[in-house]
Amino acid sequence: MSGLLQKVEEIYTVKKDYPNFRVGDTIRVHYKIVEGDKERVQPFEGVVIRVRGAGSGKTFTVRKESYGVGIERTFPYYSPNIEKIELVKYGKVRRARLYFLRKYKGKEAMGMIREIKPWEFKKPK
Amino acid sequence: MAMGLIGKKIGMIRVFLKDGTSLPATVIEVKPNYVTAVRTEEKDGYRAIQVGAFEGKEKHLTKAELGHLKKVGRVLRKLKEFRVDNPQDYQIGQELRVEKVFQPGELVDVVGRSKGRGFAGTMKRWDFGGFPKSHGHRYHRAVGSIGNRSDPGRVWKGKRMAGHWGNEPIRVQSLLVLDVVPGLNLLIVKGSVPGPNGGVVYVEKSTIAGRKSQRLKLNRIKHMAENILKGELV
Repeated sequence: MSGLLQKVEEIYTVKKDYPNFRVGDTIRVHYKIVEGDKERVQPFEGVVIRVRGAGSGKTFTVRKESYGVGIERTFPYYSPNIEKIELVKYGKVRRARLYFLRKYKGKEAMGMIREIKPWEFKKPK
Repeated sequence: MAMGLIGKKIGMIRVFLKDGTSLPATVIEVKPNYVTAVRTEEKDGYRAIQVGAFEGKEKHLTKAELGHLKKVGRVLRKLKEFRVDNPQDYQIGQELRVEKVFQPGELVDVVGRSKGRGFAGTMKRWDFGGFPKSHGHRYHRAVGSIGNRSDPGRVWKGKRMAGHWGNEPIRVQSLLVLDVVPGLNLLIVKGSVPGPNGGVVYVEKSTIAGRKSQRLKLNRIKHMAENILKGELV
Protein backbone atom coordinates (compact mmCIF):
# COMPACT_ATOMS: atom_id res chain seq x y z
CA MET A 1 0.00 0.00 0.00
CA SER A 2 2.36 2.65 1.21
CA GLY A 3 4.92 1.20 -1.17
CA LEU A 4 2.74 2.35 -4.06
CA LEU A 5 2.42 5.81 -2.55
CA GLN A 6 6.19 6.09 -2.30
CA LYS A 7 6.47 5.06 -5.92
CA VAL A 8 4.05 7.82 -6.90
CA GLU A 9 5.97 10.34 -4.84
CA GLU A 10 9.12 9.40 -6.69
CA ILE A 11 7.40 10.19 -9.97
CA TYR A 12 6.54 13.71 -8.89
CA THR A 13 9.69 14.73 -7.07
CA VAL A 14 12.89 15.81 -8.70
CA LYS A 15 16.01 14.39 -7.10
CA LYS A 16 17.80 17.20 -5.31
CA ASP A 17 21.56 17.11 -4.83
CA TYR A 18 21.69 19.24 -1.71
CA PRO A 19 24.57 18.86 0.70
CA ASN A 20 23.57 16.61 3.55
CA PHE A 21 22.53 19.27 6.08
CA ARG A 22 21.11 18.55 9.49
CA VAL A 23 19.43 20.46 12.28
CA GLY A 24 21.94 22.92 13.79
CA ASP A 25 23.85 23.50 10.57
CA THR A 26 24.03 26.94 9.01
CA ILE A 27 22.94 26.91 5.37
CA ARG A 28 22.38 29.38 2.59
CA VAL A 29 19.23 28.73 0.54
CA HIS A 30 19.15 30.26 -2.93
CA TYR A 31 15.47 30.83 -3.54
CA LYS A 32 13.94 31.98 -6.82
CA ILE A 33 11.61 34.95 -6.57
CA VAL A 34 9.40 36.32 -9.35
CA GLU A 35 8.97 40.08 -9.28
CA GLY A 36 6.56 41.20 -11.95
CA ASP A 37 7.96 39.39 -14.93
CA LYS A 38 11.54 39.34 -13.70
CA GLU A 39 13.04 36.44 -11.84
CA ARG A 40 15.89 36.71 -9.41
CA VAL A 41 17.58 34.54 -6.83
CA GLN A 42 17.51 35.57 -3.21
CA PRO A 43 19.83 33.89 -0.75
CA PHE A 44 18.56 33.23 2.75
CA GLU A 45 21.22 32.27 5.26
CA GLY A 46 20.54 30.94 8.72
CA VAL A 47 20.42 28.01 11.11
CA VAL A 48 18.29 24.98 10.34
CA ILE A 49 16.00 24.66 13.33
CA ARG A 50 13.65 21.97 12.09
CA VAL A 51 13.40 19.27 9.43
CA ARG A 52 10.01 17.64 9.33
CA GLY A 53 8.11 15.13 7.23
CA ALA A 54 9.21 12.63 4.65
CA GLY A 55 8.69 12.15 0.97
CA SER A 56 7.41 15.00 -1.16
CA GLY A 57 5.94 16.79 1.86
CA LYS A 58 9.32 17.21 3.59
CA THR A 59 10.09 20.75 4.77
CA PHE A 60 12.82 22.48 6.71
CA THR A 61 12.84 25.75 8.63
CA VAL A 62 15.72 28.19 8.60
CA ARG A 63 16.09 30.90 11.24
CA LYS A 64 18.17 34.02 10.91
CA GLU A 65 18.41 37.37 12.61
CA SER A 66 18.05 40.50 10.59
CA TYR A 67 18.59 43.89 12.29
CA GLY A 68 17.77 42.36 15.65
CA VAL A 69 14.57 40.73 14.46
CA GLY A 70 14.37 36.96 14.22
CA ILE A 71 13.09 35.65 10.89
CA GLU A 72 12.06 32.07 10.26
CA ARG A 73 11.28 30.68 6.87
CA THR A 74 9.97 27.24 6.04
CA PHE A 75 10.93 25.79 2.67
CA PRO A 76 9.50 22.69 1.02
CA TYR A 77 12.46 20.39 0.55
CA TYR A 78 11.52 19.48 -3.01
CA SER A 79 10.42 22.95 -4.10
CA PRO A 80 11.47 23.72 -7.67
CA ASN A 81 12.12 27.30 -6.55
CA ILE A 82 15.17 26.31 -4.53
CA GLU A 83 18.07 26.79 -6.90
CA LYS A 84 20.71 25.40 -4.59
CA ILE A 85 21.68 25.08 -0.96
CA GLU A 86 25.14 25.81 0.40
CA LEU A 87 26.38 24.42 3.66
CA VAL A 88 28.08 27.25 5.51
CA LYS A 89 28.81 25.78 8.92
CA TYR A 90 28.34 22.50 10.69
CA GLY A 91 26.78 22.76 14.11
CA LYS A 92 26.46 20.20 16.86
CA VAL A 93 23.20 20.25 18.79
CA ARG A 94 21.52 17.80 21.09
CA ARG A 95 17.92 18.12 19.98
CA ALA A 96 15.92 17.77 16.79
CA ARG A 97 13.91 21.00 17.07
CA LEU A 98 15.81 24.13 18.05
CA TYR A 99 12.81 26.17 19.20
CA PHE A 100 14.79 27.31 22.26
CA LEU A 101 16.81 29.59 19.98
CA ARG A 102 13.81 31.92 19.80
CA LYS A 103 14.46 32.98 23.37
CA TYR A 104 18.01 34.13 22.67
CA LYS A 105 19.45 36.85 20.52
CA GLY A 106 22.62 37.50 18.60
CA LYS A 107 25.80 36.10 20.08
CA GLU A 108 23.91 34.44 22.89
CA ALA A 109 21.93 32.38 20.38
CA MET A 110 24.97 31.44 18.34
CA GLY A 111 26.72 30.29 21.49
CA MET A 112 24.05 27.64 21.97
CA ILE A 113 25.27 25.71 18.97
CA ARG A 114 28.75 24.20 19.11
CA GLU A 115 30.38 24.71 15.77
CA ILE A 116 32.22 21.79 14.24
CA LYS A 117 35.10 22.75 11.99
CA PRO A 118 35.21 20.85 8.72
CA TRP A 119 38.37 18.99 9.79
CA GLU A 120 36.67 17.83 12.99
CA PHE A 121 33.64 16.64 11.14
CA LYS A 122 33.06 12.91 11.09
CA LYS A 123 30.73 11.55 8.50
CA PRO A 124 27.55 10.21 10.13
CA LYS A 125 27.30 6.50 9.63
CA MET B 1 -24.51 11.23 -12.47
CA ALA B 2 -22.18 10.61 -15.27
CA MET B 3 -19.69 8.11 -16.57
CA GLY B 4 -17.36 6.95 -13.84
CA LEU B 5 -15.11 4.23 -12.53
CA ILE B 6 -14.47 2.43 -9.26
CA GLY B 7 -11.14 2.98 -7.55
CA LYS B 8 -9.25 2.78 -4.31
CA LYS B 9 -7.90 5.71 -2.33
CA ILE B 10 -4.16 5.22 -1.83
CA GLY B 11 -3.22 8.37 0.07
CA MET B 12 -2.20 11.98 -0.26
CA ILE B 13 1.01 13.56 -1.52
CA ARG B 14 2.34 17.02 -2.28
CA VAL B 15 2.90 17.89 -5.93
CA PHE B 16 4.81 20.87 -7.31
CA LEU B 17 4.20 22.77 -10.51
CA LYS B 18 7.10 24.17 -12.48
CA ASP B 19 6.45 27.68 -11.15
CA GLY B 20 6.85 26.39 -7.60
CA THR B 21 3.16 26.14 -6.68
CA SER B 22 2.62 23.37 -4.19
CA LEU B 23 -0.60 21.40 -4.56
CA PRO B 24 -2.20 18.85 -2.25
CA ALA B 25 -3.07 15.77 -4.26
CA THR B 26 -4.84 12.48 -3.65
CA VAL B 27 -3.69 9.32 -5.37
CA ILE B 28 -6.50 7.00 -6.48
CA GLU B 29 -5.75 3.58 -7.92
CA VAL B 30 -8.21 2.71 -10.67
CA LYS B 31 -7.45 -0.75 -11.95
CA PRO B 32 -9.22 -1.75 -15.17
CA ASN B 33 -13.00 -1.81 -14.66
CA TYR B 34 -15.37 -4.00 -16.64
CA VAL B 35 -18.85 -3.37 -17.98
CA THR B 36 -21.12 -5.87 -16.25
CA ALA B 37 -24.53 -4.74 -17.46
CA VAL B 38 -26.07 -2.27 -19.88
CA ARG B 39 -29.30 -0.47 -19.05
CA THR B 40 -31.20 0.96 -22.00
CA GLU B 41 -34.18 3.27 -22.27
CA GLU B 42 -36.32 0.61 -24.00
CA LYS B 43 -35.63 -2.22 -21.60
CA ASP B 44 -35.02 -0.53 -18.27
CA GLY B 45 -36.47 2.94 -18.64
CA TYR B 46 -33.15 4.69 -18.09
CA ARG B 47 -29.73 4.80 -19.66
CA ALA B 48 -26.76 3.57 -17.67
CA ILE B 49 -23.98 1.06 -17.55
CA GLN B 50 -23.04 -1.11 -14.63
CA VAL B 51 -19.34 -1.25 -13.94
CA GLY B 52 -17.47 -3.79 -11.83
CA ALA B 53 -14.05 -3.73 -10.21
CA PHE B 54 -11.86 -5.48 -7.63
CA GLU B 55 -11.31 -9.02 -8.79
CA GLY B 56 -11.73 -11.56 -6.05
CA LYS B 57 -12.16 -15.25 -5.37
CA GLU B 58 -15.27 -17.16 -6.31
CA LYS B 59 -15.87 -18.27 -2.74
CA HIS B 60 -16.45 -14.68 -1.68
CA LEU B 61 -19.43 -14.20 -3.95
CA THR B 62 -22.88 -15.73 -3.80
CA LYS B 63 -24.19 -17.95 -6.58
CA ALA B 64 -26.56 -15.20 -7.65
CA GLU B 65 -23.73 -12.72 -7.98
CA LEU B 66 -21.62 -15.21 -9.92
CA GLY B 67 -24.57 -15.86 -12.24
CA HIS B 68 -24.86 -12.15 -12.90
CA LEU B 69 -21.17 -11.98 -13.77
CA LYS B 70 -21.23 -15.12 -15.97
CA LYS B 71 -21.26 -13.14 -19.20
CA VAL B 72 -18.40 -10.94 -18.01
CA GLY B 73 -16.23 -13.93 -17.25
CA ARG B 74 -14.62 -12.31 -14.22
CA VAL B 75 -15.19 -12.39 -10.48
CA LEU B 76 -15.78 -8.77 -9.47
CA ARG B 77 -16.55 -7.77 -5.91
CA LYS B 78 -17.78 -4.20 -6.37
CA LEU B 79 -20.51 -3.15 -8.79
CA LYS B 80 -21.82 0.34 -9.47
CA GLU B 81 -24.11 1.88 -12.05
CA PHE B 82 -23.25 5.10 -13.80
CA ARG B 83 -25.70 7.05 -15.97
CA VAL B 84 -24.46 7.50 -19.51
CA ASP B 85 -26.05 9.01 -22.62
CA ASN B 86 -25.22 6.18 -24.98
CA PRO B 87 -25.24 2.80 -23.23
CA GLN B 88 -25.49 0.95 -26.56
CA ASP B 89 -21.85 1.87 -27.23
CA TYR B 90 -20.74 -0.45 -24.43
CA GLN B 91 -20.64 -4.24 -24.48
CA ILE B 92 -20.77 -6.50 -21.50
CA GLY B 93 -17.26 -7.54 -20.55
CA GLN B 94 -15.67 -4.46 -22.09
CA GLU B 95 -12.58 -3.23 -20.32
CA LEU B 96 -12.57 0.38 -19.10
CA ARG B 97 -9.20 1.93 -18.36
CA VAL B 98 -8.52 5.16 -16.49
CA GLU B 99 -6.67 6.86 -19.30
CA LYS B 100 -9.61 6.24 -21.66
CA VAL B 101 -12.18 7.78 -19.33
CA PHE B 102 -10.38 10.66 -17.59
CA GLN B 103 -7.97 13.24 -18.93
CA PRO B 104 -5.76 15.64 -16.97
CA GLY B 105 -7.28 19.10 -16.64
CA GLU B 106 -10.92 18.04 -16.33
CA LEU B 107 -13.17 18.14 -13.28
CA VAL B 108 -14.40 15.02 -11.50
CA ASP B 109 -16.64 14.19 -8.55
CA VAL B 110 -15.47 11.62 -6.04
CA VAL B 111 -17.86 9.65 -3.83
CA GLY B 112 -16.46 7.82 -0.84
CA ARG B 113 -17.54 6.56 2.52
CA SER B 114 -16.33 8.91 5.22
CA LYS B 115 -14.32 7.67 8.19
CA GLY B 116 -16.62 6.34 10.91
CA ARG B 117 -16.41 8.27 14.19
CA GLY B 118 -18.91 6.23 16.13
CA PHE B 119 -21.38 7.85 18.53
CA ALA B 120 -20.21 11.45 18.80
CA GLY B 121 -21.40 14.22 21.08
CA THR B 122 -22.57 17.59 19.81
CA MET B 123 -19.26 19.34 20.44
CA LYS B 124 -17.39 16.92 18.21
CA ARG B 125 -20.15 16.29 15.70
CA TRP B 126 -21.59 19.77 15.22
CA ASP B 127 -18.94 22.07 16.69
CA PHE B 128 -21.18 23.21 19.57
CA GLY B 129 -19.46 25.44 22.06
CA GLY B 130 -20.21 23.49 25.22
CA PHE B 131 -20.14 25.03 28.68
CA PRO B 132 -17.34 26.37 30.88
CA LYS B 133 -15.08 23.78 32.41
CA SER B 134 -14.95 25.52 35.77
CA HIS B 135 -16.52 28.33 37.82
CA GLY B 136 -19.07 26.03 39.38
CA HIS B 137 -20.51 24.55 36.21
CA ARG B 138 -22.03 21.15 36.70
CA TYR B 139 -22.06 20.11 33.03
CA HIS B 140 -19.47 20.77 30.38
CA ARG B 141 -20.04 19.06 27.07
CA ALA B 142 -23.85 18.70 27.21
CA VAL B 143 -26.20 19.84 24.43
CA GLY B 144 -28.11 22.51 26.36
CA SER B 145 -31.56 23.64 25.28
CA ILE B 146 -33.08 21.92 22.26
CA GLY B 147 -36.03 24.21 21.71
CA ASN B 148 -38.75 26.49 23.13
CA ARG B 149 -41.78 25.80 25.37
CA SER B 150 -45.41 25.29 24.37
CA ASP B 151 -44.87 27.04 21.06
CA PRO B 152 -43.96 24.98 19.02
CA GLY B 153 -44.21 22.38 21.80
CA ARG B 154 -41.93 19.97 19.99
CA VAL B 155 -38.35 19.70 18.78
CA TRP B 156 -37.73 20.86 15.24
CA LYS B 157 -36.94 18.14 12.74
CA GLY B 158 -33.27 17.98 11.91
CA LYS B 159 -32.20 19.47 15.26
CA ARG B 160 -28.49 18.87 15.60
CA MET B 161 -27.91 16.37 18.38
CA ALA B 162 -25.46 13.68 19.45
CA GLY B 163 -25.45 10.48 17.44
CA HIS B 164 -23.61 8.35 14.97
CA TRP B 165 -21.17 10.34 12.87
CA GLY B 166 -19.27 9.33 9.76
CA ASN B 167 -19.33 6.12 7.71
CA GLU B 168 -21.77 7.67 5.26
CA PRO B 169 -21.42 8.37 1.54
CA ILE B 170 -19.92 11.78 0.88
CA ARG B 171 -19.55 13.38 -2.54
CA VAL B 172 -16.80 15.88 -3.18
CA GLN B 173 -17.60 17.89 -6.27
CA SER B 174 -15.40 19.17 -9.06
CA LEU B 175 -11.88 18.13 -8.21
CA LEU B 176 -9.24 18.87 -10.81
CA VAL B 177 -7.55 15.86 -12.38
CA LEU B 178 -3.84 16.58 -12.17
CA ASP B 179 -2.54 13.51 -13.90
CA VAL B 180 -3.39 10.05 -15.14
CA VAL B 181 -0.69 7.40 -14.94
CA PRO B 182 -1.71 4.55 -17.25
CA GLY B 183 1.19 2.27 -16.33
CA LEU B 184 0.30 2.15 -12.65
CA ASN B 185 -3.46 2.69 -13.22
CA LEU B 186 -3.42 5.85 -11.15
CA LEU B 187 -5.54 8.96 -11.08
CA ILE B 188 -4.13 11.98 -9.29
CA VAL B 189 -6.69 14.61 -8.24
CA LYS B 190 -6.18 17.92 -6.52
CA GLY B 191 -7.52 18.12 -3.00
CA SER B 192 -8.81 15.54 -0.57
CA VAL B 193 -11.21 12.66 -0.98
CA PRO B 194 -13.55 11.16 1.65
CA GLY B 195 -12.68 7.94 3.44
CA PRO B 196 -9.62 6.20 4.82
CA ASN B 197 -6.61 5.18 2.77
CA GLY B 198 -7.50 1.93 1.06
CA GLY B 199 -11.20 2.82 0.96
CA VAL B 200 -13.36 2.33 -2.11
CA VAL B 201 -14.15 5.52 -4.04
CA TYR B 202 -16.32 6.16 -7.08
CA VAL B 203 -14.85 8.68 -9.49
CA GLU B 204 -17.33 10.31 -11.86
CA LYS B 205 -17.26 13.02 -14.46
CA SER B 206 -18.28 16.15 -12.61
CA THR B 207 -22.00 16.83 -12.79
CA ILE B 208 -21.61 20.54 -12.11
CA ALA B 209 -18.69 21.08 -14.49
CA GLY B 210 -20.95 22.90 -16.94
CA ARG B 211 -22.04 25.52 -14.43
CA LYS B 212 -20.83 29.08 -14.68
CA SER B 213 -19.18 28.98 -11.28
CA GLN B 214 -17.22 25.90 -12.27
CA ARG B 215 -16.19 27.42 -15.59
CA LEU B 216 -14.95 30.44 -13.65
CA LYS B 217 -13.12 28.14 -11.28
CA LEU B 218 -11.46 26.36 -14.17
CA ASN B 219 -10.52 29.76 -15.55
CA ARG B 220 -9.06 30.76 -12.22
CA ILE B 221 -6.88 27.70 -12.01
CA LYS B 222 -6.16 27.79 -15.72
CA HIS B 223 -2.48 28.43 -15.16
CA MET B 224 -2.38 25.26 -13.08
CA ALA B 225 -4.20 23.26 -15.70
CA GLU B 226 -1.94 24.60 -18.42
CA ASN B 227 1.11 23.81 -16.38
CA ILE B 228 -0.21 20.33 -15.85
CA LEU B 229 -0.85 19.78 -19.50
CA LYS B 230 2.67 20.98 -20.25
CA GLY B 231 3.86 18.30 -17.90
CA GLU B 232 4.41 19.11 -14.25
CA LEU B 233 7.65 17.90 -12.89
CA VAL B 234 9.72 15.09 -14.31
